[in-house]
Amino acid sequence: MKLSKDTKIDLYKRMIRQRTFEDETTKIFSGGEMPGFLHLSQGEDAVAAGTCAHLSNEDAIYTTHRGHGCIIAKGADLKPMMAELFGRIDGCCKGRAGSMHFADVSTGCMGSNGIVGEGMRIALGTAFAQKYNKTKNVTAVFFGEGATGTGAFHEAFNMAATLKLPLIFMCSINLYAQMTPKEDHIAIENVADRAAAYGAPGVTIDGNDVEKVYEEVAKAVKHCQSGKGPYMIECKTYRHHGHFEGDPCNYRPEGELEQWKKKDPIVLYEKKLKKEKIVSDKQIQQLRDAAQKEVDEAVTFARQSPQPDVEELYKDILA
Amino acid sequence: MAKPIKFQWSINHGIAEEMRRDPNVFVVGEDVGKPGGPFGVTRGLIDEFGPERCVDTPISEGAIVGLCCGAAAAGLRPVAEIMFMNFITLCVEEFYNQASKMRWMFGGQVKQPMVVRAMTAGGFGAGPHHSSSLEGWFASMPGMKVVMPSNPVNAKGLMKSAIRDDNPVLYVEPLSSYGMKMAIPEGEVLTPIGKAEVVQEGSDVTVVSIGRMRVEAEKAAAKLKEEGLNVELLDLLTVNPLDMESVYASVKKTNRLAIIHEAKKTMGVGAEIASAVQEEVFDWLDAPVARVAAPFTHIAFQPALEKHYLPNAEKLIAKVKELVG
Repeated sequence: MKLSKDTKIDLYKRMIRQRTFEDETTKIFSGGEMPGFLHLSQGEDAVAAGTCAHLSNEDAIYTTHRGHGCIIAKGADLKPMMAELFGRIDGCCKGRAGSMHFADVSTGCMGSNGIVGEGMRIALGTAFAQKYNKTKNVTAVFFGEGATGTGAFHEAFNMAATLKLPLIFMCSINLYAQMTPKEDHIAIENVADRAAAYGAPGVTIDGNDVEKVYEEVAKAVKHCQSGKGPYMIECKTYRHHGHFEGDPCNYRPEGELEQWKKKDPIVLYEKKLKKEKIVSDKQIQQLRDAAQKEVDEAVTFARQSPQPDVEELYKDILA
Repeated sequence: MAKPIKFQWSINHGIAEEMRRDPNVFVVGEDVGKPGGPFGVTRGLIDEFGPERCVDTPISEGAIVGLCCGAAAAGLRPVAEIMFMNFITLCVEEFYNQASKMRWMFGGQVKQPMVVRAMTAGGFGAGPHHSSSLEGWFASMPGMKVVMPSNPVNAKGLMKSAIRDDNPVLYVEPLSSYGMKMAIPEGEVLTPIGKAEVVQEGSDVTVVSIGRMRVEAEKAAAKLKEEGLNVELLDLLTVNPLDMESVYASVKKTNRLAIIHEAKKTMGVGAEIASAVQEEVFDWLDAPVARVAAPFTHIAFQPALEKHYLPNAEKLIAKVKELVG
């Protein structure tokens, strides 16, 4: 697959936007300004970027408790996102959802989820509606390898395959289910092998190679649009931060993080783009600065947004 | 008046009418399509509406209700079947964490118009895994509605109202009432959700019934009438939200209240009603609020044990006599 210069720059921008946002939240959270729990996805940026680059606002995504990256890659406005993390009324969910339960319906982000695996079962419904309404839209559901241990994974995959739903199962192998290493909870090397059990294609790729992700998702979208049912992509990557912010990560072998940082998807892609003469060092710096400016503006917006009134607790319970 | 039809056909007709009215309504679940439902409730729908709108699924309760959540958020109006209410334990997650919270949690960005049907089967010897009444769990969830029809007319009316409602509605149907026949009024039958029905007026004692216990309460009221006691009977029809205003109004009139439901007394819906009544209309009460409900044990398959477990007219009569004694 030959990617245009614009596509390459778009992929890079999607990654740097995620990374800059999450690095900033890391700082703010450690300062005690953000309530609740925070689960970050630095290191897994290429998976979201390579997927969402194919999707319009009419295509849907579902993501996890570690979902900021996916939502940003899908195109959400950073201001209401940041305000949501601060628990402010101008947040995309009026400050009720916080980091773990985000949704931004206007860009097709139909929900993060605090329950591991649950996005897969709900994603069935959006994919069902896309088919029911005879559209060519697709749904992508993001999850980690830990979620493949839930009944939700089996139920959703089997039902998606039976009903031939346009659902892409995007699995980020970040090597840990919360704090338990992959080899302690999964008995096989590649979880995409499980797709065969449902009569669906399943492929395993380098999840730190954003172009590889992009190419594979192109095939998945085509497969779904042709009415053949679900498609699974397993992306081998790594979670730079702990399970949650504040996690001491004492379960990690010494040197593991450093090894993976050498394979940081953003660092790798910058090298590739420079080698291919798509961008110069200066242009990379400009793109990084632009992302930082957007994030800084989002933080200012969030800080200025009021706290919700207590009456908010009683609104929107019923339609 | 048309000729009388059975309970399950009135549900079927309610669903079919709404499917004709709104192309976004579809039926989904195990055995709902070609087999026509385990007890025939969805029979014939696949012939009229096709397999796209009458969808047979694997035995995956969580995925069925999960699919409903996603489809409803996308603008469709699913009507799912879970069969026996005990199987709903397999998808409490989808009700508690997802469907009931989604609108609130997302700041009002989505609606969850979905109906999930579940059957209670007390009295059939169906045993511990097929006979439970779990409506109380769902009655305690903000963002949910729970309706419990008690005859063919309100079964149809509540189904149609539930399908038109923009919120998740659990529709609890009693298997033992499937044989009950009634003539259904011509035209649109829409029973309001959240409104109790005053089945009969009376002055001596208020009886609040839930679901199929209306039948037992009617028997008890007839018997008590022979003994000179006038029962005011309220059929709640909805247990979330509770129509407490109707209960308070009746208690102010009769000064005595007995509640009958098939679910366990402990933590049952009756406990909430009794508590609210003493908070709001304590001064009107001439006797403690009585509850006739299942004991704190498990429902048996063994006929004599099941009979002992289930509330009935005789137990209600005895309780009412205590109240006025």
